[in-house]
Amino acid sequence: MSDASTTIARTVPTRRPGRLKDFWSSFRENRGAVIGLYVFAAFVLIAIGADILAPYDPTAQHRAFTLVPPVWQDGGTWQFPLGTDPLGRDMLSRLLHGARFSFFVGIVVVVVAASGGIMIGLIAGFAPRWLDTIIMRIMDIILAFPSLLLALALVAILGPSLINAMIAIALVLQPHYVRLTRASVLNERGKDYVVSARVAGAGLLRLMFITVLPNCLGPIIVQAALSFSTAILDAAALGFLGMGAQPPTPEWGTMLAEAREFILRAWWVVTLPGVAILVTVLAINLMGDGLRDALDPKLKRS
Amino acid sequence: MSLLDIRNLSVDFATSTGTFRAVDSVDLSVDAGDLHAIVGESGSGKSVSMLAAMGLLPWTATITADTLAFDGRDLRDLSPRARRRIIGKDMSMIFQEPMSSLNPCFTVGFQIKEALRQHLDLDRKQRHARAIELFEMVGIPAPEKRLSAFPHQLSGGMNQRVMIAMAIACKPRLLIADEPTTALDVTIQAQILDLLTGLQAETGMALILITHDMGVVAETARRVSVQYAGQKVEEQEVASLFSDPHHPYTAALLAALPERATERRLPTIPGVVPGQHDRPEGCLFSPRCKFADERCRTVPPPVQPPAIGLARCHYPLNVPEEADAI
Amino acid sequence: MTAPEPVLIADALGRDYSVGGGLFSQAQTVRAVAETSFTLAPGRTLAVVGESGCGKSTLARMVTLIEEPTSGRLVIDGTEARPETWASLRTSVQIVFQDPYGSLNLRQKVGTILEEPLKINRPELSARERAERARAMMELVGLRPEHYDRYPHMFSGGQRQRIAIGRALMLEPKLLVLDEPVSALDLSIQSQILNLLMDLQERLGLAYLFISHDLSVVRHLADDVIVMYLGRPVETGPKDAVFSAPRHPYTKALLSATPSADPQGRRERIKLSGELPSPLAVPPGCPFAPRCWKTQDKCREERPRLEGEPHPAACFFPEN
Repeated sequence: MSDASTTIARTVPTRRPGRLKDFWSSFRENRGAVIGLYVFAAFVLIAIGADILAPYDPTAQHRAFTLVPPVWQDGGTWQFPLGTDPLGRDMLSRLLHGARFSFFVGIVVVVVAASGGIMIGLIAGFAPRWLDTIIMRIMDIILAFPSLLLALALVAILGPSLINAMIAIALVLQPHYVRLTRASVLNERGKDYVVSARVAGAGLLRLMFITVLPNCLGPIIVQAALSFSTAILDAAALGFLGMGAQPPTPEWGTMLAEAREFILRAWWVVTLPGVAILVTVLAINLMGDGLRDALDPKLKRS
Repeated sequence: MSLLDIRNLSVDFATSTGTFRAVDSVDLSVDAGDLHAIVGESGSGKSVSMLAAMGLLPWTATITADTLAFDGRDLRDLSPRARRRIIGKDMSMIFQEPMSSLNPCFTVGFQIKEALRQHLDLDRKQRHARAIELFEMVGIPAPEKRLSAFPHQLSGGMNQRVMIAMAIACKPRLLIADEPTTALDVTIQAQILDLLTGLQAETGMALILITHDMGVVAETARRVSVQYAGQKVEEQEVASLFSDPHHPYTAALLAALPERATERRLPTIPGVVPGQHDRPEGCLFSPRCKFADERCRTVPPPVQPPAIGLARCHYPLNVPEEADAI
Repeated sequence: MTAPEPVLIADALGRDYSVGGGLFSQAQTVRAVAETSFTLAPGRTLAVVGESGCGKSTLARMVTLIEEPTSGRLVIDGTEARPETWASLRTSVQIVFQDPYGSLNLRQKVGTILEEPLKINRPELSARERAERARAMMELVGLRPEHYDRYPHMFSGGQRQRIAIGRALMLEPKLLVLDEPVSALDLSIQSQILNLLMDLQERLGLAYLFISHDLSVVRHLADDVIVMYLGRPVETGPKDAVFSAPRHPYTKALLSATPSADPQGRRERIKLSGELPSPLAVPPGCPFAPRCWKTQDKCREERPRLEGEPHPAACFFPEN
């Protein structure tokens, strides 16, 4: 073809940075987020390698060594670097295994809540007005309950266990995904590329899953990261209230609850699981904030 | 002495992938009563250079200049307080999107009176009277009633008139209009351009018109700067710019206008404006210029004398005989 | 020589929207487009010009079968367009949008974008055949083969518009609706795309419905012109006739308001007072009457019909 069409192709600029690199460079600008990422990576490694890293079986009781303080305190020994609990179980091993449970809770809850929420949100976004209204009102009702209370009630019905606690938390977190997905779907639906797909004859399912959904993922990823920490926190809270994981499971919240009575005599039995929860949740939240900054073009500086 | 004097202005933005030079050694001097147009495509740095003069750039921008003076006062080392006294009073600006330049939470009357309160020593009644007077000046019908309207209740053209009224509220000596009609319809554009040139002639203020539309330039401006990729490539009187462009970019741009086309196929400029990651070494236009040779690609071109339109080119076009001899 | 069968016939096309109609307010009807008729033959370009709110985009959406007309008849390629026949007509008409940044799916590679229409409408083609056709189309619209695996964000506005045009042509439509295809592009890129469109029309015999507010582009590209005001055509005819001897005062004002790139030719413009009336409160008579300089009582009472010689205009007191 003639000059106009071919010359442009020859001078095409290709040195623009790729999307991933672009994302990383804007993520890196936020120092807190990078620290959060490293802590989270350590958390994941610990969760995976708990069996290798932990010096003892988390449920093994060393009867001769009950309530041994951490190594840096008087009476501490290197045998139990972070001390032992009232039953003589090694705190370090229990905390490391606790990471595994927390990670498991986070992953399962986020996957269940997000996949369900995205599905319902997509349907609401594309549905006729009456169906959309019904779905959204139901979600509003769920959101109207204090989330922990609703989770408690659900666990009370289902029976206390870690699995039921996860189901309850996922159910409570789901409306956030529904709202978020529906909002981005409604926003994307009016855009030209969606119209262009309709003109090309795309059916409803194709429009929903292939055309629109990938473009809504940015905020959903951020929400997933943030609700990961919410899930861990809620699971710990349920565990603390005796409605989540049951003893002797080394779950952080359950550990807290078990050791409540020793708070004055042996600070480490209570404090260390609490610190573990704090650090993990803080790290994930920092990382989530960084993700949001990097994924949301409106917040970018340049 | 010129009202606004800019020498060798450069603006660099710190981006996540390195620095990006949005404005590259631009000179501009505007006298009182001038009507100067800055024309260029998107990314030519035409808005950024004016925002730099107004001090409205975000903190990621680094501004360097030999001179950046308004009415003899250096704009760079003004205290924020002194700057605010000049900006908005002696120097003001209107933008492309009238809808988003006005605060949707307040009535337009409140907003214009607020501007008057900031800069002029008027009491409540005088402010009200002045606001009505300004609305009349910019051709808003039923000004009393419109003062209590919210921006969303007015059309785009009306909002732009409100913006103009606010901009001229304090009798500025320089008004910068950044694409004031791009978001408006043709018939409304004609009204707004007439209003701006009329006000300019009436008040004797200087007007800088930033635009990408050659038609708007031809119909309103007196002097024109052409910017390309952050550099000023040419500056001329409007008539001679359109008849004898000296820089190949200007010439190509004019030739590409459909209304100037002599045949069905339009002359084109191949390629695209260089971005942050593909800035050429020599002349910035060389990859797209049909006259470019090895020298253009390696050596940054000099600025030609005023007789050749200050063209930033090794081989300017349409060089008059006597200038050639020198 | 007999005139070729028109690809597009619009007969008294109209589209109403009802707005408001919440819990506490009565719904109001807005006539976005009313009584619009035209025909378009293969290889021809029909331009629809007018300001924002004149109904040109709604018209484009009706012709591209995204919205159903509330009145009138639309015949595309010999088949009457009704929601039942939309699916079969999809391959005959395609659209190119104004903003090449919004009209491409940023999560898809260029190859996928080009192949999607085939995937949906030609399931019988194998993946290899689809890829072959996509590559051929890339060559046709002036993209390089290696662009096949790139994402749209790596391209400039002009190149994205090439991708959008390529996608629209993948189904070999007979009619292409161009909704302001160059107004979001820079001047130096605009001419490249206009040339491409003209080339494609010559090679493929496409019919264009060209929606634009830029009269200088229309003057260059179009064969016939429809001028619209508040949802109704006010003047229609061959381009040269409409531009050289406009009959409707609005056309004349529009032409006069368009700035021309010729500083010598500065002239007195026709100044239209006022602005477009709200489409909720269209004047009963001639919709242009409140802004027109030759309005008489008749104009305010009676709506003029689109008629007259040498080309039709909806005005009681036409110019020229």
